[in-house]
Amino acid sequence: MNGFTALLARDMQLAVRVGGGALMGALFFLIVVTMIPFAVGPDLALLRRIGPAILWLGALLASLLALDRLFATDHEDGSLDLLMMSGMPLELTVSIKAIAHWITTGLPLVAIAPLLGLMLNVELRATGWLALTLAAGTPALTFIGLVGAALSVALRRGGLLLAVLVLPLTVPVLIFGVAAANAAIGGPTPFGPPFTILCALSLASLVLGPIAAAAALRHGLE
Amino acid sequence: MPVIDLANPTRFLGIVNRLLPWLIAATIILFAIGLFTVMNAPDDYQQGATVKIMFLHVPAAWLGMFGWGLMSIAALGTLVWRHPLADVAGKAVAPIGAAFTFICLVTGSLWGRPTWGTYWVWDARLTSMLVLLLLYLGVIALYWTAEEPGRGARAAAILSLVGAINLPIIKFSVDWWNTLHQPASVFRMAGSTIDPALLWPLLIMALAFMMLFVTLHLASMRNELLRRRVRSMRLLQAQELAEAGA
Repeated sequence: MNGFTALLARDMQLAVRVGGGALMGALFFLIVVTMIPFAVGPDLALLRRIGPAILWLGALLASLLALDRLFATDHEDGSLDLLMMSGMPLELTVSIKAIAHWITTGLPLVAIAPLLGLMLNVELRATGWLALTLAAGTPALTFIGLVGAALSVALRRGGLLLAVLVLPLTVPVLIFGVAAANAAIGGPTPFGPPFTILCALSLASLVLGPIAAAAALRHGLE
Repeated sequence: MPVIDLANPTRFLGIVNRLLPWLIAATIILFAIGLFTVMNAPDDYQQGATVKIMFLHVPAAWLGMFGWGLMSIAALGTLVWRHPLADVAGKAVAPIGAAFTFICLVTGSLWGRPTWGTYWVWDARLTSMLVLLLLYLGVIALYWTAEEPGRGARAAAILSLVGAINLPIIKFSVDWWNTLHQPASVFRMAGSTIDPALLWPLLIMALAFMMLFVTLHLASMRNELLRRRVRSMRLLQAQELAEAGA
């Protein structure tokens, strides 16, 4: 087993075991979506219209919730220092951690999205497409959040600071994600352009996020 | 004079102290000329006197964006060249840029009420300026939460570079999303679409705002340097007390 798979397996095991909180994000997502009809009323036509937006907003908040675990626990027990001293490039280390984080917290969000879509009166046919937009967009949320997580762990401050830093940067992902999701449920605009831009945002943040996060860790923890 | 000579804070403070009175005088004179020409500028045929808000709104918007550019250059100075004044410059520019962005939003909203009939619309330009303000506030929060000035400066430098990459993307995505604000009208390939009678006062006001920005920035850098000096003197004093007590 090389370093890549070892670290991936370690992070995923830690996430699914006791105290890891892998499914907590999905549970939070479910609760947020359940709260919306209490706030706006159970009008199915209205819920259908704002359904994609609610799903995207819920996914954004849920992925934000788990972000400060990305480095904080490793920093507390000192394993982050060991990871930084290992021969692996720090950019690669943080991207593996982000991938493991996405598999354990982002993927469950994608998996329950069709069910939540049905609860928001989205047609059964369209729920798969809706989940696809989340699958394409949530990696961008994780990799943008990676930068915020690295910055806040370097300053030993978590929580709200992380949200304040990360949320404004996720505006494009939200815009194109909701545009693609609206197109998927039969909106007037085509599905292709916003979806491909969403994929582009994910790929770009996959490249830029680890570089910025590694720089933040190097400068913050030296 | 090469930039490296400014690395010595004492020399930099000396230069700033010599420059500041001149800069303040230039700012006041430019504002006097600018406001005079603004008062004499004709009203718009459609908007009447409300068009005068433009002379505050547009320069503030330019400087709000210019501030982030300056902060990104300072961030490069911090991370790449490790220039000792770069993080002071970056820290000083963040609240000033945020203030100009805020002025742009407030004047824009006051201008929107008579012309568009509403204080706020979720239009592309308004929204992207609002996101810019939020990003500024994030950087300021980052500076505030750091216990050590140097560490906070490096974190904020990384954030401002990430923001510099992201701002065009945000701008572009928001443009695609929804729009009501007029498109670019001053800097265009085919020349400005603003009448010269309104354009000249605008450019003078922009120059006055620029001068104000530079003055505020240098003064704020000076204050930051003095604040750091006070901090290290206090630490030194505490250390001496501890040694004397031990």
